[in-house]
Amino acid sequence: MHEFHYDVVTIGGGPAGMAAALSAKDAGAKQVLIIERDRELGGILQQCIHNGFGLRRFDKELTGPGYAHRYIEMVKQAGIDVWLDSTVLSADPGGIITSVSPDKGMRVVTCAATVYSMGCRERTRGAIRIPGSRPAGVLTAGAAQRMVNMEGYSPGRNVVIVGSGDIGLIMARRMSLEGAHVKAVFEIMPYSNGLNRNIVQCLEDFDIPLHLSHSVVAVHGEDHVTGITVAKVDAKLNPIAGTEFDMDCDCLLLSVGLIPENELGRAHALEIDPVTGGAVVDQFRRTNMSGFFAAGNVLHVHDLVDWVSQEAEIAGRSAALHALGKLPKVNVFRSVAAGDGIRYVVPQKLSPPGGRPTVRFFMRATQPMGASVVQLHADGQIVWESNHPVVKPSEMIVADIPWKKIGAAREISFTVAPAPEEPESRDAPQAEEAL
Amino acid sequence: MLEASASDRLPTQADVVVIGGGVVGCAIARELSRYRLSVVVLERAPDVAMGTSKANSGILHAGFDAEPGTWKARLNVRGARLYREISEDLGIPRRRVGSLVVAQDADQLATLEELRLRGIENGLTGLALWGRDELLAHEPNLSPELVGALWAPMAAIVCPFTATFAFAENAIRNGARIVTECAVTGIEVVDNRVTAVKTSLGRIATSYVVNAAGVHSGEVALMAGDDSFTITPRRGEYVLFDHSVGDLVRSVVFPTPTKLSKGILVAPTVHGNVFIGPNASDIEDLEDHETTRHGFAEIISGARRVVPNLPLGNAITEFAGIRAVAGKDFVIGLSPVTGGLVHAAGIQSPGLTAAPAIAETIVEYLGEAGLKLVPNPAFTPINPVRPKFVDMSIGERARLIAADPLYGRIICRCESITEGEIVAAIQAPCGARTMDGVKRRVRAGMGRCQGGFCGPRVTAIIARELGVAVTEVCKDSAGSWLYLPRSETVSAEPNHA
Repeated sequence: MHEFHYDVVTIGGGPAGMAAALSAKDAGAKQVLIIERDRELGGILQQCIHNGFGLRRFDKELTGPGYAHRYIEMVKQAGIDVWLDSTVLSADPGGIITSVSPDKGMRVVTCAATVYSMGCRERTRGAIRIPGSRPAGVLTAGAAQRMVNMEGYSPGRNVVIVGSGDIGLIMARRMSLEGAHVKAVFEIMPYSNGLNRNIVQCLEDFDIPLHLSHSVVAVHGEDHVTGITVAKVDAKLNPIAGTEFDMDCDCLLLSVGLIPENELGRAHALEIDPVTGGAVVDQFRRTNMSGFFAAGNVLHVHDLVDWVSQEAEIAGRSAALHALGKLPKVNVFRSVAAGDGIRYVVPQKLSPPGGRPTVRFFMRATQPMGASVVQLHADGQIVWESNHPVVKPSEMIVADIPWKKIGAAREISFTVAPAPEEPESRDAPQAEEAL
Repeated sequence: MLEASASDRLPTQADVVVIGGGVVGCAIARELSRYRLSVVVLERAPDVAMGTSKANSGILHAGFDAEPGTWKARLNVRGARLYREISEDLGIPRRRVGSLVVAQDADQLATLEELRLRGIENGLTGLALWGRDELLAHEPNLSPELVGALWAPMAAIVCPFTATFAFAENAIRNGARIVTECAVTGIEVVDNRVTAVKTSLGRIATSYVVNAAGVHSGEVALMAGDDSFTITPRRGEYVLFDHSVGDLVRSVVFPTPTKLSKGILVAPTVHGNVFIGPNASDIEDLEDHETTRHGFAEIISGARRVVPNLPLGNAITEFAGIRAVAGKDFVIGLSPVTGGLVHAAGIQSPGLTAAPAIAETIVEYLGEAGLKLVPNPAFTPINPVRPKFVDMSIGERARLIAADPLYGRIICRCESITEGEIVAAIQAPCGARTMDGVKRRVRAGMGRCQGGFCGPRVTAIIARELGVAVTEVCKDSAGSWLYLPRSETVSAEPNHA
């Protein structure tokens, strides 16, 4: 069996893996490898044939494959090695990565730095315990998207969508364009989990009703799904007796959340943030495992691929610096807390500044709010704030904070609260397409 | 659907017809294949292990539950012993994890002592009563409020589908035939003796019929004019957890049993998952496999009395199985009404454990009823071992992939299942024809993403290997289509009335 050595290896060749590899190369890593299990690079972008990607990154509206293509070309030109049709079986401390592929068999790579960029998977029916029978025709929106867009088959004619995640909304439009009757989208929360733009363009433009505070309480059908029973839910998300109604369908698509695919790290002592499901990292996207970095949806689920690329650039650069021995070793970190109104913050901890004047934080709000103010608290003082016309859990809050604002503070946290004065009424800025 | 014409599939005559391709029917067919007999198993579903055998606890029970002298007691203890050899021969992974019946108070401790004495009467050795400290040292995640337990070191776990497929495959290797998608519609009886079985694929003449039809065994008996028992379906629901939380319990943990059932258990599976369940609800419909909100609440609260911190966020699926209840005991033996008919009916827990012993007993009854049992000189008790990528060393994997590159392509990333294993499962005797057939044989789609990633890929592999269109591949039953051609997507319903 052959052994290989690289400076930086990214596990996964989707948007995060490609951006991390490119930035590692830029930062001076000589030997960079992307290991991708599919037969082409691009990851989930390849099945996202709708447009709207890349407004921030390329200042242009691209399709998913279009966005991926730009990166694939850059990867080719940068002299980065790519192993396709290769699955990573383990990534062990010390940078020992074991992969398998049909034509090359088992390959072991040693590397100075690894970037986790495996993306995420969809939450399933089992995870949310929808009762009823277990017929065919109940599938995740992403699996349906792959079948329709890449394989050329349709999961059904009369479709109901559970959950208002972005993939579900995109698939509502996609199935409508295929000629299917998309009868409704049911969301258990009192607000949508998708980007506003998707609600408008994928549901409203197609007259597809979105029922908030509704939950599927039973799936019917012995062989193939024949329908569902739906009920309104109370404030504790429990079905309200007497509100049940039935709806016929031959396809039930689930868009009920995404889970970072961290099984490689969980096999070791990777510290996981229970809220994000991803690793706990510092501003370099450095995990608690020496030489392992993380970026993209394996770190936390993003709304826009542009943010994934930017985050991965940080991780890739850090991985290269680590490989070159230029990333300072740190044992003491300051933690960054998610305060009132904030569900999580990434990075979750800070090591001493590494030459850059600012540090970028990604955050999600716990609930939708109108005009709001996001504040950074350092040792009890508000040292930074920004106003937002609207805040939603589905849309990432991004904050670039100058180091000088943080200073030497020990207690660092972000909060979001309604803005003290009602600002002028104006529409939310249009968000770009979700990944 | 995916096979040759009906006449090619169903022989016109057989020495023995076994009705039902569950673990019991397949074990009986395998036992019969030791003899020079033509044996045909009729299964109305597209695969074996589609009834009670696909949804149960997967436990080889120690054998202290059943009343001494019952079929359940005798066949449980005998069956558990037979599995020691059978599991090696047939390739049924078996883990001897031991079982615990835990007590919450002094009354329940007294019940445990009764169970221990009953176990001794049933022929068991090694049962021990544990105090709280011993229990918590063995199972640190159990409730500290428990006061003691009955430890049965011989209890083991197996995968119930694997067991059924293994019996079926070995039966086929030894000359038996298994005809799927073949529903029994009647039994011809002349002068109070069975003469033929009528099916959806035609008539098959036979003098001996084994009724192993699970929840439908009452109907099968009636077809032959035998109303000596009836089946009450009793549903049990389960929640299965990912193997990332597989260390929740080491052993099978039962609460102290009640009259109705063994209670809600928390148990490991042979593949490293953990499940909770089952509850017990009597139902009207023999095919009512629906899980319920009430049922989930019942099993979750039941399991929490034993393991207070359940990792509910790591649940990967829920399902329901149906016990075929004919009374307190199994219905085993010759029909009291119709000659040539032998019942292996009313098989509920510990049916999986008892299956090989039931098979021995049924063959004895058939011999008593006049069936000539001449040993089959070509009988081989062993199934060839098929490679399991996940269990292999790196060197073994390298050699396997060099010989067949399909073993180098991971299709199911949650369970690390390769394309080579999926193809082998389709091509094997009693091979997979459906998505669930692949899932139950090699576990592709059994993991935390529940086929979200591998589903489209497995569909394509099945279509390729069977030479059918992707749109013909089903989930499990004949009507469980998965995909339409895109041209057929258009809904007949008005678009957004």
